[in-house]
Amino acid sequence: MCTQPAQTEEHDVSTQEENLSETDTALKSIIADVLGLEAATVNEFTPETGLFGHLPELDSMAVAGLLTEMEDRLGFIIEDDDVDGEMLETYGGLLEFAHTKRVEA
Amino acid sequence: MIATWPCPLADGAVSEELLVTIGEGDAASLLIIPPLFAEQNLMRRQLVLIMRHLADAGITSHLPDLPGWNESLLPSSEQSLATWRVAMSEAARHLDATHVLAVRSGALLVPSGLKGWLYAPQSGDKLIRTMIRAQGIADREAGKAEASDQMMDKGRIEGLQLVGWDVSSELFRDLQSADFPGGDLLTVISQEEAGGSGLWLRAEPGEDLKQAQQIASLIANSIPSSSSEDA
Repeated sequence: MCTQPAQTEEHDVSTQEENLSETDTALKSIIADVLGLEAATVNEFTPETGLFGHLPELDSMAVAGLLTEMEDRLGFIIEDDDVDGEMLETYGGLLEFAHTKRVEA
Repeated sequence: MIATWPCPLADGAVSEELLVTIGEGDAASLLIIPPLFAEQNLMRRQLVLIMRHLADAGITSHLPDLPGWNESLLPSSEQSLATWRVAMSEAARHLDATHVLAVRSGALLVPSGLKGWLYAPQSGDKLIRTMIRAQGIADREAGKAEASDQMMDKGRIEGLQLVGWDVSSELFRDLQSADFPGGDLLTVISQEEAGGSGLWLRAEPGEDLKQAQQIASLIANSIPSSSSEDA
């Protein structure tokens, strides 16, 4: 992690927000593909929307496909240790994970 | 039409494997190579839909099973990428294939010298990594924890069962280093071109009529119709 210079802090905050919204859109599109849902339905997902363990469509193979699609479309690598129950349990958890990975990448 | 085709085996024997053929047109004889393992089951309905649309365009298409696939009586644990590649070339010869459409990891089995299309091709390495990941998630749910690295080592040395599929050490190693072919004869169909989403991503087999029509049109539009009045 590097420390951002003070004079660009404001700019960085807005860039980060843009990145988060971009990640949100991309992640919802991947989930729509994996679950076979319409974009409008996935757009209603909130941070609390339950994923793995809540949606029967998300079996282990579908989750593996979801993670591989995230790597391909969002441009980062997901390690074994990254995958835990918390990250997969809710949409908010998955989005936060993806956003952090993108910032680090 | 559902029939069988005589698939020659390494020991000189012949295995009768299932063959689905759709169409009677003579514009082309198209060999369809489905993805391997779980994605094969998830894509079969969609592939048959594509075949029906191809038949409407005068293209006869064939979807053969190989040893260890689908209805085959031979165990998947005894197969290797090399034997599958030989078998697919034999299928192409037997069916007088003029073109090929390979889907996802099916692209690893494309016989050399055939013109055709690779729909969303996937490398063997990526296939193995996704299956290992799925097995890891299922294991963790069941309270067992084996790291991906350990599973990779086991796969290479003694083979292993991945999400219900018996993968021999030879097949595992073959897949890890297998990539799909390039070259002027083969055109990649991206997901954007196909439209909709990749149906292999779903947990259950699905179908997408519009996407099937689109893939069939992409193929039919680049094969001159021999039965066309303009020809």
